[in-house]
Amino acid sequence: MAITTVPGAGRAPGRPAPSSPAGPPRTSLGRKVRDNLTGHTFLIGAVLCFAVFSWYPMVRGVVMSFQRTRRGETTWVGWDNYLRILDDPSFWTAWKNTFYFTALALVLGYAVPFFVAILLNEFRHAQGYLRILVYLPVMLPPASALFLFKFYAYDPSDAGLFNAILKSLGLPTSQWMQSPEMTMPAMVIASTWMNMGGAVLIYLASLQNIPGELYEAAELDGAGVWRRIRHVTIPQTRLILALLAMLQIVATMQLFIEPLILANGAGAEDSATSVAYLIYQHGFFQNDLNGAAALGVIMLVVLAGFSAVYLRLTAKQD
Amino acid sequence: MAHDSGTRTLISQAQLRRGRGRATYWMLLAVVIIGFTLVFLGPLYWMVTGALKSGQEIAQTPPSLFPQDPQWQNYADAWNNLDLAKLLFNTFYYAAGAVLFQLVFDTAAAYSLSKLRPVFGNVILGMMLATLMIPAMVLIVPQYVTVIDLPILHINLLDSPFAIWLPLVANAFNIFLLKRFFDSIPEDLMAAALMDGATPLRTLWSIVLPMSRPILGVVSIFAVTAVWKDFLWPKLVMPSPETRTVSVGIYAFAGGTPMNVVIAASVIAAIPTVVIFLIFQRNIMSGLTTGGLKG
Repeated sequence: MAITTVPGAGRAPGRPAPSSPAGPPRTSLGRKVRDNLTGHTFLIGAVLCFAVFSWYPMVRGVVMSFQRTRRGETTWVGWDNYLRILDDPSFWTAWKNTFYFTALALVLGYAVPFFVAILLNEFRHAQGYLRILVYLPVMLPPASALFLFKFYAYDPSDAGLFNAILKSLGLPTSQWMQSPEMTMPAMVIASTWMNMGGAVLIYLASLQNIPGELYEAAELDGAGVWRRIRHVTIPQTRLILALLAMLQIVATMQLFIEPLILANGAGAEDSATSVAYLIYQHGFFQNDLNGAAALGVIMLVVLAGFSAVYLRLTAKQD
Repeated sequence: MAHDSGTRTLISQAQLRRGRGRATYWMLLAVVIIGFTLVFLGPLYWMVTGALKSGQEIAQTPPSLFPQDPQWQNYADAWNNLDLAKLLFNTFYYAAGAVLFQLVFDTAAAYSLSKLRPVFGNVILGMMLATLMIPAMVLIVPQYVTVIDLPILHINLLDSPFAIWLPLVANAFNIFLLKRFFDSIPEDLMAAALMDGATPLRTLWSIVLPMSRPILGVVSIFAVTAVWKDFLWPKLVMPSPETRTVSVGIYAFAGGTPMNVVIAASVIAAIPTVVIFLIFQRNIMSGLTTGGLKG
């Protein structure tokens, strides 16, 4: 590696130029090869893990979706797996449910953390305590949190926590997971409670980067609180808002553990079946790994479509 | 985290100090503190105390706020019947291994990409980051097939801890986090070490790692919580009752076990991560917010 600085010369202001790529021409070929070898040796463990457990399965998933394995013999079957998956009576229900969950989660799980972060950012007291509270459920194993909801909160009798609260407020009680209409909202509530902490903290960090002068100026122009949020807070956090929207969509489209635990899988009248749950069903219950792989590819295409739309939208704004 | 430095936010300080503003501020703060405590801590209280109630007491309306006759037996039953000691040990073992493997391989990779910069380094980094765009659920089937019959080696990793440890090394977020941190270590230091005749490994060990303690802590905590929170992957690759993780074990028992006992087991399963969080919350929060997600 080329030496570009003299030791003891004091730290150069700013970031020194990277020393390796444009070294002096004296550097011998052998030396270069050796330096590269060292670099690649440090990389090898991680690269192997990526290759075996990430890059290769990606390719393999696509290949598998066009194959069928019977008694150890693998044959190419073209689009057969896709046709079989499309024929599954639960296919469209699963997509409908998944989109419904994603939409509800965008309204609730996406908007709520943003406003919680704005609110917390205004407080000069107890902020540490409030942050810990919001993030606490994120640390629970999801299975633990979901059993809590399943057995206590969503108990359909009047002894259930939510029904007891509704009743004491004089509101009608609900059957929760036993009622097809309430299945999705109930899953979104549980999921939001479990997951919103991370988003709140990320929003808080970006809210703290907003220069105070912007609010000052908006206030002088006579903008009220709501208009300050609309014209200062939202534009200033636009990038992070867009990024988290994307992450939220990708995360909620993978809805799996909520149906599995809260609704025992499909739920009342198939109201909880999700695409991810269908992948699990095909792959690990119906012994149809190829069909599950095909469904995985369909999911990937749909999510890539979302990403493409997202990239276009964000590119236009800049 | 300069929340107390008096920087101006949505509402001006002056407005908050004036009579009505001040009253509103304190009222709102009180409402939020009480509300948040109920919403986020309330369910946990309900969980811990609910597991102490008898089956009868749970079914009564309206629900009781305190267990009238605490049934410590529920926790004892959960511990014994579900073999929680074994399940917790398994989970702890997987988490410890995950920390070790991630620290060794991901740190070495990030160091190479940040400081050694071998040819194609950027291409490799790009390919790693691209995996962040692939949802886990999409890969679950081919990953499973790969694990039951590793390419070339033809080894079956089912029920082996490596089935949890090695896929976790392929974590682009960690490598990105570490690389960004290493990038901020001045190049002069590296050059000086080189002048003194230190090998790259020596430089990593004696200069880079000691400077990177905070980020290594964050990566470790994330590794532990990832293992503790994961459900589907351990459920698939650890099919035997002896190798299960605690979440999977509780789920497997939930069908035929009284609900109070399941809840008691869930409480016990949640304790380690909650304790880790309460101890390291400062590191976790700064790790989250410096994780390259500034808007």
